[in-house]
Amino acid sequence: MSILINKDTKILVQGLTGKTGTFHTEQALAYHGTQMVGGIHPKKGGSVWTSSAGDSQGTELPIFARVKEGKDATGANASVVYVPPGGAAGAITEAIDAEIPLIICITEGVPVRDMVEVKARLSDSNSRLIGPNCPGVLTPNACKIGIMPGSIFMDGTVGVVSRSGTLTYEAVFQTTQAGLGQTTAVGIGGDPVKGTEFIDVLDMFLSDNETKSIIMIGEIGGSAEEEAAEWITEQAIKGRKKPMAGFIAGRTAPPGRTMGHAGAVISGGKGGAEDKIAAMESAGMVVSQSPAKLGEALLKAIG
Amino acid sequence: MNIHEYQAKALLKTFGAPVSAGVPVLAPNDIDAAVDALPGPVYVVKSQIHAGGRGKGTFKELGNDAKGGVRVCFSADEAKINAREMLGKTLVTNQTGPAGKQVNRLYVEDGADIARELYLSILVDRENSKVSFVASTEGGMDIETVAHDTPEKIHTTAIDPLKGMVDTDIDKLNAAFELDGAAATDAKTLFRLLYKAFVDTDMALLEINPLVVLKNGHLKVLDAKVSFDGNALFRQPEVVKLRDETEEDDKELEASKYDLAYIALEGDIGCMVNGAGLAMATMDIIKLYGASPANFLDVGGGATTEKVTAAFKIITSDPNVKGILVNIFGGIMRCDVIAEGVITAVKEVGLEVPLVVRLEGTKVEEGKALINASGLNVIAADDLDDAAQKVVTAVKG
Repeated sequence: MSILINKDTKILVQGLTGKTGTFHTEQALAYHGTQMVGGIHPKKGGSVWTSSAGDSQGTELPIFARVKEGKDATGANASVVYVPPGGAAGAITEAIDAEIPLIICITEGVPVRDMVEVKARLSDSNSRLIGPNCPGVLTPNACKIGIMPGSIFMDGTVGVVSRSGTLTYEAVFQTTQAGLGQTTAVGIGGDPVKGTEFIDVLDMFLSDNETKSIIMIGEIGGSAEEEAAEWITEQAIKGRKKPMAGFIAGRTAPPGRTMGHAGAVISGGKGGAEDKIAAMESAGMVVSQSPAKLGEALLKAIG
Repeated sequence: MNIHEYQAKALLKTFGAPVSAGVPVLAPNDIDAAVDALPGPVYVVKSQIHAGGRGKGTFKELGNDAKGGVRVCFSADEAKINAREMLGKTLVTNQTGPAGKQVNRLYVEDGADIARELYLSILVDRENSKVSFVASTEGGMDIETVAHDTPEKIHTTAIDPLKGMVDTDIDKLNAAFELDGAAATDAKTLFRLLYKAFVDTDMALLEINPLVVLKNGHLKVLDAKVSFDGNALFRQPEVVKLRDETEEDDKELEASKYDLAYIALEGDIGCMVNGAGLAMATMDIIKLYGASPANFLDVGGGATTEKVTAAFKIITSDPNVKGILVNIFGGIMRCDVIAEGVITAVKEVGLEVPLVVRLEGTKVEEGKALINASGLNVIAADDLDDAAQKVVTAVKG
């Protein structure tokens, strides 16, 4: 099993005709036959996109002008957004209006104001948004949405959730090397306002029978890790519990400087790494001091 | 992106906010005209730097008993003397770090008859994903101290983005500030226009400390600190014009031209990494092995060979750098592009310090082959742990 996506997930690509959308759609098609079913472009509806790379060479996908049209024609139940920052929020909103159940926005650099509006529209919608500014979601040997390198994954038992893209890869790589493999890896993104938080994903992993352990990777800024730790503690009291390891990036980051991600900043004395690590440890997680020892930390948590 | 107080006030004024009359001073020759343009009898001379705590700050070049970075003067002559003393000096505040910041600009303002000082800030509250007003009657103070010692004196009002500011939001703020009479009437207009300014110009933070109730009962914006959402600058050309590049680190400025996220730090190991999280984690692991990073550098997902070359040059231009760690886990970023960038840069600028390269992920074999074929003196690393140990050993000897 897995969470969010599996081999039956049918995906529309918003921004397919661009360079990034094309490259990663070709990669997804080549990954265990991920079901990419069409692309969206407001001005190129009716045309056809053709893959020109590797294993997926020659695969054709229909382009639709609107998400709703694409959904009706293909039965898509997910969309991935590669639209540039200025249009990303509009693309997400269109997918919400078309009632796409799962929207994954890869785009980096979406203005916060736009995400505040998107978040308000999500609250009484039928859609879940992952991202923006995230690497996507991958279920090994079944479905790849986004930009994660498929080669490092192995079908297995670890659920991975992370605010950072490349640290997701570290966690995946190390759990593969440890022989555990993954059920699903979810990158929730590094922006301050995003569609899905740690708790949402942790809840799914706790409910998923195949997921036997969890790695959660946070970073400085905000209080999402502390909130997740509190939630994990409450769930454990109710008997919902799995071995967990974690890591917080940015222990050495100076306060007041935004470290690449718009959300990664220690401000007003809040969002520092030490508080997060303490909260996660008190919730029973094994927190690794080193980003190179995530696999080891998880093995220790499993015992 | 941050701007100066005088720029923030000019911006808020265009939205209709009540601010004092004032004139910016960009050069010593501007001082007399600036002071003489104001009616007096009270003048306030304010240092314009991108850091708070100016009033309690001290000037490095002046004695310990010299006045701070914001001075109230009671005659035009006194204002001119103080302005001459402050301009060009280095102001150290609790936010500048010990090196301080050079005061290249001043703002001379008309004095105000203050009855009460309030604190107001507007920001995106990440806990509820809404634009929120933070209000306190304890204006003029360090708000973090207020939040710590007397949290009950801080009131937060979240604005529904789909409705905008509504009357009940205004009522809540008026109650939080304990406003009545003329001030409460002013507030109805002021809070709406501040929200509009915040949203329309894509601000990340608007802090007014203090917002004052004057003795005549009206409200005035006495200080203003504004920073903008860097992600939204592409659609705010007027805001971009307000950027003061002299406030920024040279290397950071150069990096921003190539759209690289770079932050200069104090250590001696230069880092080039893809992804903000991995870049932070790379700094952390260097520290874990007993050395210090010279910088944070995220080359991003879509970096070209040209960008990587620029990044490498910026790292090597830092005289403190005694070793370099390139740590790439390719997803969107391809290892062969990184390898080409590093090779190009080394050919152009040379390499005088040990270079440790760890490549993993997309196109890793191609990347490693390029590096091997280049003949560069590179220390290859198998994984992150190995890479960190090797670079620390290379630097420490």
